[in-house]
Amino acid sequence: MNAVNAADTSFIIFATALVMLMTPGLALFYGGMVRRKNVLSITIHSYAAMAIVSIQWVLIGYTLCFGKDFAGFIGDFQFLGSQGVGFLPNANYAATIPQSLFMLFQLMFAIITPAIISGAIAERMKFFAFSVFILLWSIIVYDPIAHWVWGYGGWLKNLGVLDFAGGYVVEISSGISALVAALVLGRRKKLKTITPHNIPMTMLGAGILWFGWFGFNAGSALAINGVALNAFITTNSSAAAGIIAWSICEIASRRKVTSLGIASGMVAGLVAITPGAGFVSPLASILIGGIGGMLSFFGVTVVKQKLGYDDSLDAFGCHGIGGIWGGIATGIFASKAINSAGTNGLIYGNIKLVGIQLIAIVATVAYSAVMTFIILKIMGKFMSLRVTSEEEMEGLDVSLHGEEAYGGTSV
Amino acid sequence: MEGKFYKVEIITSSSKFEELKDALNEIGISGMTVSNVLGCGMQKGHKEFYRGLALDINLLPKIKVEIVVCDIPTELVVETAKKVLHTGKMGDGKIFIYDVKNIIRISNGAEGRDALRYNK
Repeated sequence: MNAVNAADTSFIIFATALVMLMTPGLALFYGGMVRRKNVLSITIHSYAAMAIVSIQWVLIGYTLCFGKDFAGFIGDFQFLGSQGVGFLPNANYAATIPQSLFMLFQLMFAIITPAIISGAIAERMKFFAFSVFILLWSIIVYDPIAHWVWGYGGWLKNLGVLDFAGGYVVEISSGISALVAALVLGRRKKLKTITPHNIPMTMLGAGILWFGWFGFNAGSALAINGVALNAFITTNSSAAAGIIAWSICEIASRRKVTSLGIASGMVAGLVAITPGAGFVSPLASILIGGIGGMLSFFGVTVVKQKLGYDDSLDAFGCHGIGGIWGGIATGIFASKAINSAGTNGLIYGNIKLVGIQLIAIVATVAYSAVMTFIILKIMGKFMSLRVTSEEEMEGLDVSLHGEEAYGGTSV
Repeated sequence: MEGKFYKVEIITSSSKFEELKDALNEIGISGMTVSNVLGCGMQKGHKEFYRGLALDINLLPKIKVEIVVCDIPTELVVETAKKVLHTGKMGDGKIFIYDVKNIIRISNGAEGRDALRYNK
């Protein structure tokens, strides 16, 4: 027992590096969708998450998520400052890889989650306010939810919720918080005239996200085994199905397939399969990705336009909606034949799992929404969250950061 | 300073630019300045889709070609451009002709007609 397995360890080192690359990928994905005067400001949000959450994680984040359980709600200070996190495995989480590696792997999830939120507040939030926000959000929202769902003794884990790679912890929490942040910050000016400035950049970012997602989902098996490879296949199939479903929706409504639609459908498919990747069959993953793509398309083209909130780069539309669907879908399609550590879902006669998945959705949505609202409202008492109207018109790159992405007349 | 100089400015769709350049070369015009511009006139724009956003784009990408002529008659330039660019539809573009007061070549200080010609 508790022996480090070299193959598993090498695999998770590789997966950790893959997940790390997703955040720069997200920066490109988002960066292409904003106007050229704001591309640096949105890019910096992702890199700020890499810096701030990395430090937060080794100091207190890891122990709040994975320290000894306190009341099912949060981890204690067992691993404060990463003390005691070494080469020895922690059998509660991964019995064959060093705990230090497990901590690093989990760090990469903790980084990308607040970075996703930047898509909802793009082109108008103050950089300082965003930096403070992601620090508070990581401690107050991410760490508890990760403990509930993944932590040994967490109340949702005890309830039996299935979240293989972060459908709840990463996707729903960030997607819902993104929607709340977009509502608190308000709409951008001249909203109806804003178009992406560099779609090829977005496409490259989307490709990097797909690539990194293999580490995200297959790596979440925390070992080289059938579950890891099943997650690899379901991830890829779901992304592909998401693209096809989104494209069909586009053809039906406007007769043209767009590249931005392909990138969006892909992300929707990847998000939707995240909680179920290691629990559902490859065939089920095609349905999950396809329905995920359609629901997200409906979310960003119909719901968002009707309600008029400015979730600028569709952090809620892709991650929130896709994540909620993924949670339900896992309750429907999970199979013990795929993963003996899992539970059978609705189609295998167990209606209870859908109920558990729904309870976890309600809890995650409510907690993320309320806490994000409180954090932003309290922050708003001490600092301005939003740039001035003049700064917004000038562009955040120059007004907040004093630099231009594609500099003036210099040749 | 002998003779008069004219600037002919052609704003048109970028799709016919290569043809226009070849045709202008054939009538002896080798110098020109070309810019990518945005503009709108009578032509209706098109629709673009960015996820949920459907936009009517009416500022369309066009190309602007500027030529200064002296020996070659402006009528010939205009006829040549019309022949290449005419489709009869909106969006073919416009040609503007201006008087030019003087021309100075920076490299050797030549002025007027000499500034347009290279010593053979």
